[in-house]
Amino acid sequence: MAMQGAPMAATDAAQASPQQIRLPIAWIIALAAFVAFWLFAKPLLPAAFEFPKAWYVPLAKWISTAMKWLIDEASFGLFSFTDLTRFVSAVLDVPYTLASSLLSTGFLEGSGSSAIQIVPPLPWIAVIGLVMLLGHWLGGTRLALLAGGCFLFLAVFGQWTSAMITLASILVAAPLGVLLGLLFGIAAWRWRWIERLVTPLLDLMQTIPVFAYLVPVLFLFGFGPTAAVIATLIFATPPMTRIAILALRAVPGEIIDLGHMVGCTERQMTWRVMVPAARESLMVGMNQVIMLSLNMVIIASMIGAGGLGFDVLAALRRLDFGAGLEAGFAIVALAIAMDRLSQAAAEKLSAPSPEVRNSGLVARHPYIVAALILVLVTTVLGYVVPGIHTYPQTLQLSTGTFWSEVVAWININFFDTLEAIKNAMLLNVLIPFKRFLGDLPWLGVTALLAFAGYRLGGWRLGLLTAGLALFIAATGQWEKAMITVYLCGISAVLAALIGLPIGIFAATRDRVWSWVQVAIDTLQTLPSFVYLMPAVMLFRVGDFTAMIAVVAFAIAPAIRYTALGIRKVDPKLIEAGRAMGCTEWQILTRIRLKLALPEILLGLNQTIMFALSMLVITALVGTRDLGQEVYIALTKADTGRGLVAGLSIAAIAIIADRLISAGAIHARRRLGLE
Amino acid sequence: MTSPEAKLVCRNVWKLFGPGAAGFLAQHNGRPDAAAISEAGFVGAVRQVDLDVREGEIFVIMGLSGSGKSTLVRLMSRLIEPSGGDVLFKGENLLQASQARMIEIRRHQMGMVFQHFALLPHLTVLDNVAFPLDIQGMSRAKREARAREMIELVGLAGRENAFPRQLSGGQQQRVGIARSLAVEPEIWFLDEPFSALDPLIRREMQDEFMRLQTVLHKTIVFITHDFDEAIRLADRIAIMKDGEIVQAGTPEEIVLTPATSYVAEFTKNVARAKVIRTQSLMVAADVTEQGAPTVSARTNIAEAAPLFLDGVTQIGVADEAGQIIGRLDRDAVVKLMLQG
Repeated sequence: MAMQGAPMAATDAAQASPQQIRLPIAWIIALAAFVAFWLFAKPLLPAAFEFPKAWYVPLAKWISTAMKWLIDEASFGLFSFTDLTRFVSAVLDVPYTLASSLLSTGFLEGSGSSAIQIVPPLPWIAVIGLVMLLGHWLGGTRLALLAGGCFLFLAVFGQWTSAMITLASILVAAPLGVLLGLLFGIAAWRWRWIERLVTPLLDLMQTIPVFAYLVPVLFLFGFGPTAAVIATLIFATPPMTRIAILALRAVPGEIIDLGHMVGCTERQMTWRVMVPAARESLMVGMNQVIMLSLNMVIIASMIGAGGLGFDVLAALRRLDFGAGLEAGFAIVALAIAMDRLSQAAAEKLSAPSPEVRNSGLVARHPYIVAALILVLVTTVLGYVVPGIHTYPQTLQLSTGTFWSEVVAWININFFDTLEAIKNAMLLNVLIPFKRFLGDLPWLGVTALLAFAGYRLGGWRLGLLTAGLALFIAATGQWEKAMITVYLCGISAVLAALIGLPIGIFAATRDRVWSWVQVAIDTLQTLPSFVYLMPAVMLFRVGDFTAMIAVVAFAIAPAIRYTALGIRKVDPKLIEAGRAMGCTEWQILTRIRLKLALPEILLGLNQTIMFALSMLVITALVGTRDLGQEVYIALTKADTGRGLVAGLSIAAIAIIADRLISAGAIHARRRLGLE
Repeated sequence: MTSPEAKLVCRNVWKLFGPGAAGFLAQHNGRPDAAAISEAGFVGAVRQVDLDVREGEIFVIMGLSGSGKSTLVRLMSRLIEPSGGDVLFKGENLLQASQARMIEIRRHQMGMVFQHFALLPHLTVLDNVAFPLDIQGMSRAKREARAREMIELVGLAGRENAFPRQLSGGQQQRVGIARSLAVEPEIWFLDEPFSALDPLIRREMQDEFMRLQTVLHKTIVFITHDFDEAIRLADRIAIMKDGEIVQAGTPEEIVLTPATSYVAEFTKNVARAKVIRTQSLMVAADVTEQGAPTVSARTNIAEAAPLFLDGVTQIGVADEAGQIIGRLDRDAVVKLMLQG
């Protein structure tokens, strides 16, 4: 492969030269036509600039009507749709109540304020001890200390109660998500038609912003922790399904043959052969589901999940930076603990461990025995010494005021500087770009997208991009969509401008790369909510703040893909370059960056996807885009409006994704990598 | 001990890839020609295969990659559904067997060894070998006893609690062999069992395989792309090209009278002495001179030749019962070896 890479690239470049002259000409003509249309067609064809209101497709209304019908009238004969949703809620409520009773409220008798606690929740010391035992079992002393430290942090800084509510939701949602995803994955693996049904759905669900899930869930399941668990499930199941399908598909054909040869029934085949053989990849899926659940549980505070997410949300609404940051830090601590624990679990559980047989109960299950003793002792002691049961308030540290003071100090001393930066950016970059995009004719943009799709990926792609753009225009979302595109575009460009050099710099330096990797891994485990707080703290609300938060969130993939792409370049080619007498600069620009281009394009793609998903959340800090539309729909429980806006965001994401992917394939082919 | 009865018979077996293959075959009376196949857009993975595998023999199917040999062995056990033809196992047409019946047959009468071992990574050696028995629902004590026996047989005693990834390639394939033998199969499929191993280990495993066969007397279908391996192990060989069997016969027949130039390509570098068995070169006789050593009728000339080094001029050839059936003369052997 490596041997062929270089000569093929060379011959391809030679052959491509006449094409390369032709290609831009087509683009230039298309662009010129577009500009001419934009500048001169307005008087002739006003409908091309503003989608005529009369042509709007009232999709939002239809959806809302359909949802109403579902709730009011739909029936399956024996029971109505509402009965079904109530049943689902009731079923999920059982494990949630159990988990939250254990961790935060205790087991109650009666309801409301008259409830009496019969059994208290687990003492905080017991929870920390359990986490440490788990850490020790999975990854040894270091992990035990890290996990224990993270949880201690929650107690010391007074975030215990909220954190336990959040944890309870995850303890219910994550295992269910893994299980459901696995079952869907198996079904799709076994039956072709299910796969054909599920795959496009998975694609769509991955691009629809998280907020959009909340609206129908709120509408169908009401407000509260159970609805939040359902939203989390809906959000976390698709990735697990996808991973499960991939993992099962990756099981070698010989293993499947073996299963048939030893005479497995269908069921034995699935559970005795396929799932165990795929478990390494399935475990990776488990880690992802846990982290996605955390992210979603935080966001689902908008439909009543409570916990740390609610604290951040409430602080944002009050503009109480101190409280918001504290809750944010608590989320970070929880995220780190969960990520490291589940990663260790994935490693531990996918590596087979020899069974220990013929020894006593204590020797066989030392961790379970220790955990039971710990819970018993601390619970009993908790009745005597209250400090063991509930972390003593006098020992709590609050940094809330400290952070508020820091913010105040920054604002007093740097207000002018920050304001100047913000205004300069707004006036010179953000607002002109926004105006420019807002001015463009929807018809022209749609045509241009169709052209780009056609050039990069054939007429199918052209139809897809044009169709999606038309969907946005026809549902009356064009203006807001352009604001989304503008914010997302600027943020993605900025993230790429910062991320690319960092990636390039880190790629060739192993030590730096290992640090950068830890940093971006950690950044990526943090729920998106966390990014809002510092941005709001410094710049208050508005587009600029949103942009900062989006850039911070979307920078990780830009760095990661750039560095990975460059590191993946065959060392033999670098050697060959050195042998030819290239300078370091030439090696970087002529060999490394060129060959890493497809990978970098994929990174850019991811950056845009990340930017879009974060952008929706920045609706909380007052943007005026499609995200805001979803947010408003959420507060009004207007399903149609929320879904249509959500689908429009998905449409933007799909257009960007398909065009860039097609471009990356194009580039790979030109470089002879494919 | 060997009876000439056919254990597994393939009659006009076809595998065409593409939709509607069975109907297409029926249209052409079950025997379409290559032009018709490619015109209709099918890929002929296995075409018009007729063969019979006899009780107790090692039947080797030899072919280069893409010749359809792995597909053919999977048609025999119906891991892949044939497009047309019949596969008879002990007289029963497998293609008409129900799914439940197939499970039954595979559980108790078939064993298979895979090129890349196909060991389950999460199970120990012991559990891997016991796995087919576990699937049948055998009790733990019984299946583990049987598995230990098999592990002992392939020389891995002591490694029962190791995991596959802790073993070398050769050891892993020993586990694969032990597992396939655990159910005491009547027919034993080996799909390129030694191809993934280093040359030295491969040789060692071939010897091991021959040793096992002298103990077990299984009916064996052995797939390989290595002509030397085929010659070394086979009672009979079928050579495949582009999905068809171009020649089938004993190693001697194939080396001495290759049917096509394609087969001749393989045979031209094979030393005759390594293929021809003493049986074919001997002069029939029931006594030999006093003190002459004897060899088995199945031994090839290259293996028997060193016995002449001591100045012996005659060797006795004995059948499997030890009865002298002929004698081998030094001059005949020298002549053959000088011919290359």
